Amino acid sequence: MVDVAVVGYGQMPSVRSTEITETQMVLEVTHQAVAMAGIDRHDIGFTVSGSCDYLAGQTFAFVQTIEAIGAWPPISESHVEMDGAWAMYEGFTRLQEGDIDLVLVYCHGRSSPGQPEQVYPLQLDPYHLAPLGLDPWSLAALQARALLDSGTATERDFAEIVARNRANAAGNEYAQVSGKFDVDALLAEPYVREPLRRHDLPPISDGAAAVVLAAGDKAASLVERPAWISGIDHRIDIHQPGMRDLTVSPSTALAAEGAGLGAGPVEVAEVTAPFSPQEVIVRNALGLDDSVVVNPSGGALAANPVMVTGLVRVIEAARQVTEQGRDRVLAHATGGQALQQNLVCILEGSRA
Amino acid sequence: MTGQPPGVIGIGQTKYSKARTDVSIPGLVREAAIRALDDAGLDWGDIDALVMGKAPDIFEGVMQPELFLADALGANGKPMLRVHTAGSVGCSTANVATDAVKGGRFKRVLAVAWEKQAEGNAQWGLGGGKSGSMGAGGIFAPWVRAYISRSGAPEHIGWKVAVKDRLNAVKNPYAHLKLPDITIEKVRDSMMLWDPIHFLESCPSSDGACAIVVADHETAKTHSSAAWVLATAMRSELGQFPGRDTVRPQAGVDCSAALYKDAGITNPREQIDVAELYVPFSWYEPMWLEGHDLADLGEGWKLTDSGATEITGSFPVNPSGGVLSSNPIGASGMIRFAEAALQVQGKAGEHQVEGAEVAIGHAYGAMAQYFAMAVLSSSPSPF
Repeated sequence: MVDVAVVGYGQMPSVRSTEITETQMVLEVTHQAVAMAGIDRHDIGFTVSGSCDYLAGQTFAFVQTIEAIGAWPPISESHVEMDGAWAMYEGFTRLQEGDIDLVLVYCHGRSSPGQPEQVYPLQLDPYHLAPLGLDPWSLAALQARALLDSGTATERDFAEIVARNRANAAGNEYAQVSGKFDVDALLAEPYVREPLRRHDLPPISDGAAAVVLAAGDKAASLVERPAWISGIDHRIDIHQPGMRDLTVSPSTALAAEGAGLGAGPVEVAEVTAPFSPQEVIVRNALGLDDSVVVNPSGGALAANPVMVTGLVRVIEAARQVTEQGRDRVLAHATGGQALQQNLVCILEGSRA
Repeated sequence: MTGQPPGVIGIGQTKYSKARTDVSIPGLVREAAIRALDDAGLDWGDIDALVMGKAPDIFEGVMQPELFLADALGANGKPMLRVHTAGSVGCSTANVATDAVKGGRFKRVLAVAWEKQAEGNAQWGLGGGKSGSMGAGGIFAPWVRAYISRSGAPEHIGWKVAVKDRLNAVKNPYAHLKLPDITIEKVRDSMMLWDPIHFLESCPSSDGACAIVVADHETAKTHSSAAWVLATAMRSELGQFPGRDTVRPQAGVDCSAALYKDAGITNPREQIDVAELYVPFSWYEPMWLEGHDLADLGEGWKLTDSGATEITGSFPVNPSGGVLSSNPIGASGMIRFAEAALQVQGKAGEHQVEGAEVAIGHAYGAMAQYFAMAVLSSSPSPF
């Protein structure tokens, strides 16, 4: 295996609605990542991005963003209609071929142009689910209800997760929602979709992020403490919620196994749980004990730029290694509804 | 390309048509996937990972449809990637599947590309989902005109390509348009859509899916007729800027140059036996012949005019009938890749190019700014 590390990253603060275009957003974050890595963009061997046309409400929405990365002279480039964490997976895979040593990954998502309650139902099976008008909040509520019924968690657990994430986010300049919240006060709030209250839902965000990946000695030469990717894997579960046990996440567990989580403990886990009950499910799937610091950034409950949230988890995990001196951390990303598709990445301070 | 090349061990195509009302979207992708698995002698359980490609989701009105199609494609518990690189996406998807195998993690990857355009309005979608779309032809027509002016090509060249590709399609059981009675005169006299592009010089709007199984070298070796993927390449450039050559975009030139170098091809016209090029409007045949150094500058149309690009010619282009005969947009690039593979496997049936050993598949997208290409060969080391 070719050793690969995160050597540069950039993100913009998540906001409810930005006035700037996605191209401008990408310009900002890719400049940050490239500057941190200290590389010349012409040395990048492959560029890969993640985004979703349906958020922009426009076909080929990603095409304009190659202006931000200066695709001239022509570049080797690809795009996934997925969260940037999966774009990073493709970049990691491409580096395994050994003929290039630098990859730029970026992603962008603006939820503000559309109405999420109208957009997200289109992500469901168009024959059997979408016609029901099942929105993501209702689906997450069904998942939460199943979790409560299974005895795995309580509504107080959900509120505590919200309070902890948003308290953590107070120290995160990129977060959108943060602050001190009293658990009893949260539990006194009305339901939005029973048993979910508004704070159990993620904020609606616009955002963008980028990372630079480097291979082997190149990575070691660029930054003092690269965040080495010791393992990365992703899996998908069945789509039909009626066919799944919504209280567990087999694809997260499989991805964690594939990424080598079992080889040792992690100190920090940055997980993507846009709805508070999902943090319980992801934690259990990953088998994290109480010694693991979960979401020091505040996670998806503090900022949820869809198509970007997963790569932000990777960035926040890499930051723990590169800036905080942690030795082994985990990043988790999710896609689809009710945690259907999941990615796990392990980052380490030492090269394998 | 470093290491031993992977191989295509299974290919499946659906019947392409204007509207596949007989199948749902899952039914359509399964039709191609099952045929690819059958061709490879495999079952769903033999697949390690999946890659799906298609053009804009707005064509069918389903956001990230790979999520719900996971069930139909036996993806449960497996990795699944979704590629979208505009019109080049079908070939990009095949290339990403090839990369996944070359990365060393997987033995067999199933790649599926599709479009079910009858579910929506592709013309509207191609215009960015806005009203008043001039369509792809409206974008490309001025560049075709620029090619004609630059090369001095006579106007019948486009008509000739249209006739050749449609007659080739008659020999392809999967092709959408079957026009056995087509003539130069009929093309010339058909409605002018975007000057100089006539109705019969334009691609149809199709429903269809294509699937391939790519395997690592060792696995593919055990298969009797693998098509070896000698090299893949992708290049992108900005869609518009002063001085951009829109007739022969630099990204296309760079893409094929990188491809040939990687595959060990020094004289593409001599060393490549057949090409499946993405020709949605007839004039793009000579334009890509020049744009990918398969013909000298200003000579592409002469190659077409000489009959060299016929199935029996010295450099056959699109023996399958090409995009002019079948165009489920998201799948079209993978169909080029798959048809190139079929040619070197000797399994192209009635449209087989005799003795084909090395073939290229090609696709381009957006403002002729995204390119994806691959070299397929009957031998892992033909040169």
